[in-house]
Amino acid sequence: MSRVSVPCHVKGTVSLQVGDMRSSQGRPGVLVIDVTFPNVAPFELQEITFKNYYTAFLSIRVRQHTSVHTPTKWVTCLRNYCLMPDPHSEEGAQDYVSLFKHQMLCDMSKILELRLILRQPSPLWLSFTVEELQIYHQGPKSPSVAFPKWLSHPVPCEQPPPLPEQGLPDPSRVSSEVQQMWALTEMVRANHTSTRIGRFDVDGCYDLNLLSYT
Amino acid sequence: MPPEESDLSLIIAHVVQKLKGSSLYAQLERQAWASLQRPEIRLESLKEDIKEFFKISGWEKKLQNAVYSELSVCPLPSHPAAPPEHLKEPLVYMRKAQGSWEKRILKSLNSMCTELSIPLARKRPALEQKELLNKWNEMGTDEPDLSLFRPVYAPKDFLEVLINLRNPNYENGDSLGFRTHLGLIQVPLKVKDIPELKECFVELGLTTGQLGIDDSTQVPPELFENEHVRIGQKVLVEQDSAAAQQYIRQGSPTALRAELWALILNVSSQPEDVLYYEQLKTNVIQHDLLVDSLIYKVLLCFSRDTSVLGHFSYNSASPPKSYIRGKLGLEEYAVFYPPNGVIPFHGFSMYVAPLCFLYHEPYKLYQIFREMYVRFFFRLHSISSHPSGIVSLCLLFETLLQTYLPQLFYHLREIGAQPLRISFKWMVRAFSGYLATDQLLLLWDRILGYNSLEILAVLAAAVFAFRAVNLMEVTSLAAAEAVLADLSTLKVMPLLQIFLFATVT
Repeated sequence: MSRVSVPCHVKGTVSLQVGDMRSSQGRPGVLVIDVTFPNVAPFELQEITFKNYYTAFLSIRVRQHTSVHTPTKWVTCLRNYCLMPDPHSEEGAQDYVSLFKHQMLCDMSKILELRLILRQPSPLWLSFTVEELQIYHQGPKSPSVAFPKWLSHPVPCEQPPPLPEQGLPDPSRVSSEVQQMWALTEMVRANHTSTRIGRFDVDGCYDLNLLSYT
Repeated sequence: MPPEESDLSLIIAHVVQKLKGSSLYAQLERQAWASLQRPEIRLESLKEDIKEFFKISGWEKKLQNAVYSELSVCPLPSHPAAPPEHLKEPLVYMRKAQGSWEKRILKSLNSMCTELSIPLARKRPALEQKELLNKWNEMGTDEPDLSLFRPVYAPKDFLEVLINLRNPNYENGDSLGFRTHLGLIQVPLKVKDIPELKECFVELGLTTGQLGIDDSTQVPPELFENEHVRIGQKVLVEQDSAAAQQYIRQGSPTALRAELWALILNVSSQPEDVLYYEQLKTNVIQHDLLVDSLIYKVLLCFSRDTSVLGHFSYNSASPPKSYIRGKLGLEEYAVFYPPNGVIPFHGFSMYVAPLCFLYHEPYKLYQIFREMYVRFFFRLHSISSHPSGIVSLCLLFETLLQTYLPQLFYHLREIGAQPLRISFKWMVRAFSGYLATDQLLLLWDRILGYNSLEILAVLAAAVFAFRAVNLMEVTSLAAAEAVLADLSTLKVMPLLQIFLFATVT
């Protein structure tokens, strides 16, 4: 299923904090990121991808287009999705994440705006956010897949058909099956192997300079 | 297609891609072609008949073992947006630290090269090649004259780097907080506690039979040992890797160990493996490498083995690069040095030594060592956040000690004997050279069985627990080192069992 990236504008993070913002005691544990889609008509969201940076929990609220008379309102489509199983340790802290339409609590059609609410309850981290945010809507369906279909969708065991009384199989059937076998052979032959040959020199020469620091 | 199905398809495609280049693939192809002659293979049900033939002839089992091996070794393909570096190591600051460390090693090797005026690689003149070939078989224990060479690095240099690892996004303040870790490692990786370890190593529990405990002379063999040996023989007949891995968690009988390890590591003995080893030997004879002076025979071949380069896709380290003389910067003259990308450190040969007790044919010994290296040992000397990586092992060791032996930990810290400074060298060498050989092999059985190196950290903590009474009385680092200098009399399985399952916490 293909997807198409939707151009979006990611506003700067706003931290939510109780009390005097200027006090240096304690760091905010909640951040909000607004994502708008200027110049894009309301669309159906397919996928959100991002790179995590020490965010422990993610909630997402969405504002959708409704009919002319009702005012638009915010709906929560993802609640406290866990990105870091232990907020105090590194697991999941810098992972790449994808969230799909089917994981959302509500219908994701006619999106106008998104609001990401990031939470990190642990006081151990100096900052947290999400990076490389990308929003996708569904693209045109593409028929081709990278690998043969029979690998991922194995057919159940077929019973061979009973032979006719005379004992001779239908010639057109035989020829089509031979054709199938030939096609399989061609496919196998076309896929070259990925084994290394094992040569470490260049044309027999392994006379080296010093090691390089790149 | 819903994501779970597409995940499975991705995994299948990934494994198929990996296996396509293997000799097993070529063999299966040949077998399939040959089977067409058989009467039970009919044209109209060709696919099903060949599959049935593979099942009966044992080829399906070989394929299953190969798939199991791929799944155990290689991490699954990560998120499509993730760059390849992310698969090697997901945390950016760890990648940077590994990069700096590698640069130091390269500089050290380059200095050695220029100071001693010895080239990185040199083609041997024909006469020297002939001499080397003649004395190849005697070469085993001969150590070359190493007086001029200093080791590229020693484990304690590496420890200093690990001690200085810092996450720039972590609160590293001086004030004591609820997460203050009193040990040397200051990065907050997730490590298991004893309840989690008990769950993970459940087969080491008090009610399960173990080799290393329940085969001692006082225990009648009918109680456990005989049956365990019988099951082991059955596992070998079935040739099932996954079953062997489960079986070996309770230890391997000495007579079956060589075959069991080969089955778990999916190392076969095909004629092409013998040929491959001979080819590597030829490469050793033709070119003399600077790094050769640091290691001995099997490792000479290891250094020439370019297939080892494959493991760098999931190792946070990267192979050093160089150019053919006079062609600096020209990519078509770029090569890896040494050919396998692994620069050995002081004591590297300790990874090979125990295997010499199990395998006598050089090519078999070689294959087993190479497989052990690309599955386990590489994690002991590269900086990564993997649960079996050396950083996690150090943190696990320190956390176990701090949590379950707080008095001992505090005392050692007070006298300037941070426990990790003593146990680091054990873990980096997977205890090789410190334990008696039979005990070491029982330990390495469990590394294979659980597909993890965490047991090394647990054993290190168990050793400290065992000698706790003596350690509480010492007043200096040197004295602490002396108490822990000789581990050759230790029995590892009782120590592990008591520490995990029988210590009152």
